[in-house]
Amino acid sequence: MAITGLILIGFLLMHMYGNLKMFLGAEEFDQYAEWLKGDILAPALPPGSFIWIFRVFLVAMVVLHLYSAFTLWSRAKAATPSTYKVRKTLSETYSARTMRWGGVILAGLLIFHLAQFTVHSALINGSFATTYADSPYKMVIGEFSLWWMVLLYAVWITVVTMHVRHGFWSAFTTLGANTSAKARTVLNGCAWAVAVLLFIGFMIMPVAVLFGWIH
Amino acid sequence: MNITLRVWRQANAQSEGRMVTYQVQDVSEDMSFLEMLDLLNEDLTLKGEEPVAFDHDCREGICGMCGVVINGTAHGRGNSPVATTTCQLHMRSFSDGAVIDVEPWRAGAFPVIKDLVVDRSAFDRIIQAGGYVSVNTGAAPEAHANAVSKLKADRAFDAATCIGCGACVAACPNHSGMLFTAAKITHLAMLPQGQPERPLRVKKMVGEHDALGFGGCTNIGECAAVCPKEIPLDTISQLNRDLIASLFKRDGK
Repeated sequence: MAITGLILIGFLLMHMYGNLKMFLGAEEFDQYAEWLKGDILAPALPPGSFIWIFRVFLVAMVVLHLYSAFTLWSRAKAATPSTYKVRKTLSETYSARTMRWGGVILAGLLIFHLAQFTVHSALINGSFATTYADSPYKMVIGEFSLWWMVLLYAVWITVVTMHVRHGFWSAFTTLGANTSAKARTVLNGCAWAVAVLLFIGFMIMPVAVLFGWIH
Repeated sequence: MNITLRVWRQANAQSEGRMVTYQVQDVSEDMSFLEMLDLLNEDLTLKGEEPVAFDHDCREGICGMCGVVINGTAHGRGNSPVATTTCQLHMRSFSDGAVIDVEPWRAGAFPVIKDLVVDRSAFDRIIQAGGYVSVNTGAAPEAHANAVSKLKADRAFDAATCIGCGACVAACPNHSGMLFTAAKITHLAMLPQGQPERPLRVKKMVGEHDALGFGGCTNIGECAAVCPKEIPLDTISQLNRDLIASLFKRDGK
């Protein structure tokens, strides 16, 4: 759970950095998109193969993460024969309480996100073959110029960053990094920082597209 | 003061339980929560009703026998910053006319025996799996022969204050016994006597914990928040460190 979660957070940070290249203009962004699918490690690997190795790796991480989550969930269910009539929580945060259902919502919207931007089967504001003519830049502009698409994306990113808020702290604690009360404060601070960074980093570009700052 | 109690009544492990409402009159604010339950039981006995069964022993907050969920928090700490056992919670913490809900620990590994009494022998089995030092260490050695740093001695002592009351399991959303297990792991891991069996101990205790039907830890922290002895959450990270390190040792493989 912890190791796969941290790898996925690492991927999110990388993805966020890539998205921000939208601010550098169409040529820069399209070149970057081309490079991702093209000649990474090209002399060592056949061109275009790295992206598939990377995709298989990410899917494996997601599957292992889901498997761990399911194991924890089923153990918790077995350990809970009856629920309290009255329950008051003292330290459980909202993001900690919503890890399981939040994770399910997150995964559902992830499938939509991949169908929209990776497989192109769920594009909303045009078709990949005609409208966007193989320019990822145009595709991002087209999709995020719809206000409700940006809103849906904002909801999803909120769910993702809340998941990261508890997940980041929890992963490091599982790996043994919570060595004192001070370490707990530092880890929780870092978890908040990463979550806020991801939220701003992912939302700033769609908002800029919506308001026409980049077009 | 007069209070209204809603208490979980369950005749035995097999029967269905339910919340029953009782009025308790003339409660002194200097009474402990258990003395207030004694008052209720006297009244029920005089009326010819079955008294409410609850566990208790020392009533000094050091034996770990008592423990019920009061208004949704294990041991009834509520919003108070002071950690407490049920026996050390006093009626002055409640206002006159208050309605108080009292439930037993609820966890798969702690089946209800009767009313508010649960069977916590699962904790004994976790300790039996490795929470001890099996070599005879003899008489106390000369104090300077085997130096233990102040930091480690303090951590060992803090962890050793666990009284095994089970509040951590009761409060955990996953009903995990990780804080209890981690307290014993940390206690023995900080001391020289605990070193020879350290890798094997953590494997055996965590294995037994999981086999007994406790849930897994998801680092939420409810356990440490209700712990009457304030066992810190960092003991769980100590357990995880020892467990990861033990995977690279031959012991138990």
